[in-house]
This record gives sequence, structure tokens and C-alpha cells, in this order.
Amino acid sequence: MRRAVRLLEYQAKELFSEFGIPVPEGRTSRDAAQGRKDAEELGYPFVAKAQVPVGGRGKAGGVQKCSSAEEFELRYPEILGMSIKGERTRAVLLERVADVSKELYLSLFLNRSKRCYTVIASAEGGVEIESVRNRAVREVGSGEVGEGEARAVAAELGLDGAAAADFAGILGRLSELAVKKEAELAEINPLAVLADGSLLALDGKVMTDDNSNFRHPEMAKYREISELEERAERSGFSLVELDGNVAVVGNGAGLVMSTLDMLADSGGRAACFLDVGGGATAESVYEALTLIGGMGRVDGILVNLYGGIVRTTTVAEALVRAYGDGTVGVPVFARLKGAESDRAKEMLAGSKTGIYEDVEEAISAAVVGVRK
Amino acid sequence: MSGPPPVLDIMAGAPGDADYRRKPVIIQGITGKFGSRHARLMVEYGTNVAAGVTPGKGGQEFDGVPVYDTVGEAAAATGARISVVFVPARHFLAAAKEALEAGVKLLIAIPEHVPVRDTLEVLELAGRRGATVVGPNTPGIIVPGIIKAGIMPASPFKPGNVAVLSKSGTLLYEISNALTQAGFGQAVTIGIGGDPINGTRLTDAFEMVRGIPGLRGLVVVGEIGGDAEELLAERIIDSGFGAPVVAYVAGRAAPREKRMGHAGAIVMGDYGSAESKVSMFNKANVPVARRPAEVPVLLATKMEGGGGGAGPGPGSG
Repeated sequence: MRRAVRLLEYQAKELFSEFGIPVPEGRTSRDAAQGRKDAEELGYPFVAKAQVPVGGRGKAGGVQKCSSAEEFELRYPEILGMSIKGERTRAVLLERVADVSKELYLSLFLNRSKRCYTVIASAEGGVEIESVRNRAVREVGSGEVGEGEARAVAAELGLDGAAAADFAGILGRLSELAVKKEAELAEINPLAVLADGSLLALDGKVMTDDNSNFRHPEMAKYREISELEERAERSGFSLVELDGNVAVVGNGAGLVMSTLDMLADSGGRAACFLDVGGGATAESVYEALTLIGGMGRVDGILVNLYGGIVRTTTVAEALVRAYGDGTVGVPVFARLKGAESDRAKEMLAGSKTGIYEDVEEAISAAVVGVRK
Repeated sequence: MSGPPPVLDIMAGAPGDADYRRKPVIIQGITGKFGSRHARLMVEYGTNVAAGVTPGKGGQEFDGVPVYDTVGEAAAATGARISVVFVPARHFLAAAKEALEAGVKLLIAIPEHVPVRDTLEVLELAGRRGATVVGPNTPGIIVPGIIKAGIMPASPFKPGNVAVLSKSGTLLYEISNALTQAGFGQAVTIGIGGDPINGTRLTDAFEMVRGIPGLRGLVVVGEIGGDAEELLAERIIDSGFGAPVVAYVAGRAAPREKRMGHAGAIVMGDYGSAESKVSMFNKANVPVARRPAEVPVLLATKMEGGGGGAGPGPGSG
């Protein structure tokens, strides 16, 4: 059911605007025709920014300045067609260039062990915060940050006068956003101090708690979900697409992660992480195989199920059916342990499916099997 | 503020108690599909399922277990202070509040997909009422041979002297089974759950098990996300815990900024990475298995005195 819920930059900035945090003027498009209109409205120069739900965009060439229509025509398709760390560009944000004199960092994140939000702020923005030494870190409770506290953070950064007041205001509004939208992370990096002393959120990152989606129908428009992920979600699965060729399926997030780790240790490369959950049935395992069948690039399927909750015979039934109707053509390497695993093996005898008692054997067989 | 109570005191009680090893348990959502199935399995295991709660079904019986409309009535009728909650995630907040207000002292929160904000609200109330919440998104707690309060299968677990703490359900079963096969039964296993916010953190669970008489070892099954493993490693160092500890951390190969099935299993920047957890465990002289099957092997080595850190041993907690 769960997937990454990192909003795209333009989406985060829409939320910033909604909460009164200043952002650069910009336009977002998903094709060149709309992009061209955006460019005309905005006027040159501007920056074109790939909208991808991962970091490292700048280094990958996903942010380019355009000073003329020629440059736009050259760069727009390049950015739109780009993939960064396996994530294709979802949209392109064209944004007015700001006159920046200094860059700050500001974020709120849910501190799990302290069970509250923690503010991190720094006068050295624009870089990854882990690499910054001088930073203010403050636990601020689970509600909105009050003005006194926000002012104290501003003072810690050495801000004074109008900049301190602006900064405190932005921190207060960012915390309001985090609380009201149930965000796990709300980050402005960089938060620019402009030549005229005003503040502007140049980039934004918001991660929400998707378990609270039912309370936030207004956020539904921000869901960027592939067809495959949507189908997985409808079936009650967790699916993460990866770039290898061995699909990894199992019951329970920890078990599937553990299987990915062991597969990687053995030199295999996972095509996906697919957790069918505890409530798996013959139908849902069959649906999982159908999903994988539709992925392309899969040369083998590694199944790791720990029985008890999911019956192994249920899985065997699904495999028999999937081979029978051509849903699955690639070999399956299945580790089935738990209730009735002997019967499950009997059901699969003579099929393309290899059944293993031990997950490490199944992995070795899969790594060798997909190389053939 | 006092720390969490020893887990065996809550789950089994003391030899003098009238209900020693028979602590009554309430099942919230006992007539639901999931709740009813697991209520039966708990009874089968020997758990004293004393009452069920389903609003609107008070007065009925479920397999001979009386059903009440409210936790208040169920607790008053049975004296139960343990409740296992099976309601759908969006009803969890109300169900948990009702239980805590009715005097439940150990709330085992099974549902997955509970919003973090609801968990925070429940934990605030639990703190005020002096109650312990395990979960959400937990398989529960089992004291093998005595009581099973949760959804774990019975077969991987056997009575013994090792405690297992885990974020993951199926990995808990897998690793407990490997331990059992290797001759390491369990004194107790606690699933803390795969959510970002856990009612019982790894450090809390550690405090709940460290004093178990005769405890011979501790196994920690962690995964990427948050800093619970790091904090536990620090606690192990600071507490001078004497029994051998072995860890496993799932998610080394997971990409960053992707939620890997569990709401809590996500690496943001360096926060929550497997490297960070493994390196802190190493600092605490806790070997980290590369594979689940390696856990009993490392534990055996550690018990034989390999790798140091094995202090006074049994019963020293």
C-alpha cells in the first residue's frame, strides 16, 4: 500500500505558497507545447528544472539556465527525457532567476525517537545538510513552532532585523504546513536571502505520511504513481521498482528487504521489491505474478515466503495457475517454508518452478538461472 | 518518569498471583475477520482470552468468550489489563483511547497504516496513564509456552532463555525459528513494529527484557529507517549489559528515499541508513549477521566468549 511520498519540487512549492512562504514565480509543464507557452509568459532568462522525486538533480544536469528560445528548445526536451537515479522526469518547472546574496537551510523533520518535530537550520544552505557543520538543531514538540522559538532559531543563525523576523515567520509557517498536512519532512534548501534582504524558498522537499491520505483528499492531485504501482496498491501490496532483472516477492517488508540484501550479496540485481503482505491469498499472489509479468526486463522471479500466515499451498496454487495460463514464462525460484510446504512441493513437481527449503539456495539458483 | 515495566511481570505475573501465567487478555475487534481468526489462535496457544470487544455486539459470545460493547465493561468484568487491538487503522485512535481510559496497561496495537499523528496522540495519553503501547504495526509479544498476545505463528517459538526484539514480523519468525532450530529457545520475543513512531522503542523493549532472570542472550532484528538501533547500541554500551547480544539489520541494498513496505523503513539522507546502524552496533561490540541464518551462529560464538563483551552471564541483569 505504501510508496514514496516525496512531493515534487513544484508541488512542495505550491504548498509553500498556500501557507504564505514566498517562492520564485514559476510554471510547470509536462510537454514541450505547454513548456513553450510557459516560457513566453515567464520571459527569459529562467531556469528549467527537472521534477524528479530524488536528490542529486543538479549534478545530473537536471537544472539548466535558459537565456533564449534557442536554448529553451535545446534543453527542454533534454530535461524532460532525462532519468535521474532511475527516476524519469515527471514534469519541468520553469522558474524566474533570483538575485541571491546568501543561502540558508531550514527543515523540520519528525524525530522518531524523541517523538516530536526537530528543526534543523543553518546559515550554510544550498548543500546537503549532512555536510554542514554549523547548524542549529532544536526539538520543537509535535505542534506548530511558536514565534519565540522561531526567533531563537533565527538568532542562532546570526540573523537580525527584518531578516530575523522574516525567517521566524517562514519557520512558523513551515511548521504549520508540516502539522496540517501531516508531513514527515518539510525542507527549504536553499532558503535564499536576496539582494534586497527578503527571503525566498528556492527549492523545497516535502514528505508526507501516506497513512494519513484518507484525511487529505486535497493532496490526491499530487500523487505521482505509475500504473504498476497503482495496481500493486489496489491489491494491497507494497511495490518498489528497481533496475535489475530478478523480481523479488515475499511476505513481510523485513523479509523482502532481507532477500534483496542477500540477492545483492550474491551478485544478483533486483527488478523490484514486492511485499504481498500478511493477508495474501491465491488471488493476490497470482496478481503479484501478473504485475511482474507486465514489468518486462524480468528474467527470473525469486519468491521468499515464510508460512504461518500465508499458506504455502496457496502460493503453489497461484504458481500452477500462472504457468498454466501463460502469465509467467520466466523461471521462478521459490523458497517456501512453513505450513504444508511438503504438499506445496508436490503440487509444483514437474513445473518450471524450483522449490527450495533454504532461501540462500533459492538465491544462488536464481543468480545462476537468470544468467543463462 | 519511570521506565517501562519488566515484560514478564505484565505478561505472566508473579508466582503468588491468582492468575499467574493466566493473565486475562481482551481482544478489541474480536468479531472481525482478522481479530476472530487470531483470537482463536491465541486461545489455541493457551492465552487466557477473557473478553472481546465489538461495539454493538455486547452480550454475544465468540467461541465461548464473552463480547462487550466497550473496553470499560470488558475490563471491569475480567480484570484484564492487556488488550490486543485489531480494529482498522482509521479507528485505531478511538479504540486505543478507549482502552487506555478503561485502565488497560499494555496495549498491543496490531493495525498497519495508522497515521503517525494518531500514534503520537495515543502515546501522549498512554504516558499520562502509565500504560505501555506496543506497535502499531506489530505482530505482538509472545512468551513461549505461556502467552501469545499477537498474530505470530506458534511454530517458530520455543521456551528458552534468549530475548528477541524485532521491527519486522516475518523476520522475527524467521530468525526465532533459526534460533529454535539451533537450540536457543526464547524467554520472550517482542515485535516493536515497522512504523516510524513505535509505542515501545527498541530501547524501551531492552529495558523490559534486560532483567529477565537467567537471560542468556539478546537478539535484535532491526531494519533501515530512524535511529532506534543506534540508540539501542548506545544504551547497551551505557548500561554495561552483560549477556551476549547479536543483531541483524535488513535493508542494506534498499535505495534511499523509498519506503520499503514498512512506513518506517526509509532512509533520508544518512538518517536511517543500514551503515549507520551496523557501525553503532559494532561500536557496542554487537556482531551484526549478514543473513538471518547467521544469527544463531554468531550468538553461539558470542556465548562461548568469542568477541568479548560477554560479561557475568546468566541472571546478571
